[in-house]
Amino acid sequence: MLDLRLKKVSLGYGDQLVLEGIELEAKPGEILGVIGPNGCGKSTLIRGISRIITPSSGRIFIDGQNIDVMSRSNLARMVAVVPQSPLLPESFTAFELVLMGRTPHLGRFSYEGEKDVAIVQRAMEVTQTIAFARRRLKELSGGERQRLVIARALAQEPKVMLLDEPTAHLDINYQVEILDLVSQLCRQQGLIVVATLHNLNLASQYCDQLVMLHGGRIYSRGSPGAVINKQAIKEVYGAEVYVYPHPVNSLPMTFIVPSEDGHRQRSRKLG
Amino acid sequence: MAKENIARKSAALELSHVSAGKKVLLYHLGWRNRLYAIAGLGLLLVLVIVLASAIGSTHISLSTVGSMLLARLPFVEIPTAWVGSLEIIIFDIRLPRVMLAGLVGAALAVAGATYQGLFRNPLADPYLIGVAQGAALGAVIGFLLPGNWHIASFGFIPLLAFAGALMAVAVVYAVARVGKTLPMTTLILAGVALGAFLASITSYLVITSGEKLHGIVTWLLGSFSLARWGEVMVVLPYVLVGTVVIWFYARPLNVMQLDEEQAQQLGINVERVKLILLAAATLITAAAVCFCGTIGFVGIIIPHAVRLIWGPDHRFLLPLSTLAGASFLILADAVARTVMAPAEIPIGVITAFLGAPFFLFLLRQKRRAIF
Repeated sequence: MLDLRLKKVSLGYGDQLVLEGIELEAKPGEILGVIGPNGCGKSTLIRGISRIITPSSGRIFIDGQNIDVMSRSNLARMVAVVPQSPLLPESFTAFELVLMGRTPHLGRFSYEGEKDVAIVQRAMEVTQTIAFARRRLKELSGGERQRLVIARALAQEPKVMLLDEPTAHLDINYQVEILDLVSQLCRQQGLIVVATLHNLNLASQYCDQLVMLHGGRIYSRGSPGAVINKQAIKEVYGAEVYVYPHPVNSLPMTFIVPSEDGHRQRSRKLG
Repeated sequence: MAKENIARKSAALELSHVSAGKKVLLYHLGWRNRLYAIAGLGLLLVLVIVLASAIGSTHISLSTVGSMLLARLPFVEIPTAWVGSLEIIIFDIRLPRVMLAGLVGAALAVAGATYQGLFRNPLADPYLIGVAQGAALGAVIGFLLPGNWHIASFGFIPLLAFAGALMAVAVVYAVARVGKTLPMTTLILAGVALGAFLASITSYLVITSGEKLHGIVTWLLGSFSLARWGEVMVVLPYVLVGTVVIWFYARPLNVMQLDEEQAQQLGINVERVKLILLAAATLITAAAVCFCGTIGFVGIIIPHAVRLIWGPDHRFLLPLSTLAGASFLILADAVARTVMAPAEIPIGVITAFLGAPFFLFLLRQKRRAIF
């Protein structure tokens, strides 16, 4: 069966290791959420799996193939990335952006054909972006642009989709919209999805498996219920929180309480 | 609840299927217009070549020039109804000059578009990374060398200019390279610094050059007055090969308008594409500069004008810039040699004088962010 496997992978920049000895496994049709405090190496993990940086040790396999020996375009046919706040060329149209997703499927001397246009069209329908296909990117909202980047990733026809903070900078309605879309795509198309998330409640609601990173290593892994709890968050994030089951689906929800000082100051202002 | 939500979304997706075919048609319409634009600019270039050949101190009618050119094509039989001396004026004096201006204009425009795309910087021009300063220093050294050097019928000066241009870029490249990657910002900074250094040497040499000053300044300001077929044949292969290579990299260049990380994640071998495009653009710039000096403005204004009218897709931007650049410089040169005839105005003066108002007009007309 198709799978993504990381074996004792260490990643870093220059001599500085950010992640050490990471063991991971992700299956099709499941969302694997990566959580952890800022700077714990979530984005580094995404960059490693998409070979922007190469592991200083360990190996990454997709479908049993070591990604180190794949060509860039071979890898891009397997793995699509939805980066965190990507730079987009403002004067290109939405359609032109999504069409770029076909790049790894085209030879140097070939141009996009009927098939590519059909795939792009389908990707834009699924992400509900076809309505503004001819608009320029600078005219579009953050949520629309994010959906276009997901459409571009779909146009790559990947087996693995990596999302780096797909809901960062988005309003709550867009957060729900984007993650609904991702989980729907993941199940319908049997994609392997790895998403980094900093919002623990979204991670709990949408991910089938969670991996919590701490100090460059995996702190814990498993279902949201197993990973998200008061002690773990205290230890990994250094934050005092309360964790209660969600009233509708009983998945763990994290609640913050302002510190005593902050609380008192606020009530004094109100009073 | 989450499941209900998904079911609702799926139903919405089915509906959005309907009007899809129309959208794709519209998209292709956008392409078709731009393909017409390429054909139109190609036709314009032919007309401009005929027109510019007809203009000059000896008046020759457009139809005569047209028939003369047609008669030279294979399989075309046209009775000769003109004096032989006119043929000499057209084919030995005007046409090589027109052709060289066209080649240089095409080269500067396509190189400018390439540099702007590579650096994702609208201010980039063909001379940004030291090509012009290197060429100028090479040429000035050539002027100051004792004696009158000639290699295979060409002056020593173009060769030195060409060598200077390539040397400057090689140094900039070597300085800016970090391991196996080439950070674009470092490259620009290195180019600007080395350019300033070379320009200071050139300035010193120019002010101490004595009676050779006039020739040097004429070269530096750019001129096609010495153009012959020999020069055209030397520049042609570089421009032809470089331009074709650049055209073939139009799609990767589009993808590289995203950041480099995204381009890699879309399967582009970013470092290789950068190297090939830099080499091709630099080579054609150096070839364009070596015979006729540094001609400003074409490389920056033509690509922007094309971008304003036909959009940022490099697959259209690059060929359209090539054609528009050629036509523009041929016309500018025609103006340069006729307005004050028999004296000639430096071509760089004309390109800025004609180009800038037109560009400002476009900018005002379109009122949109172009990059």
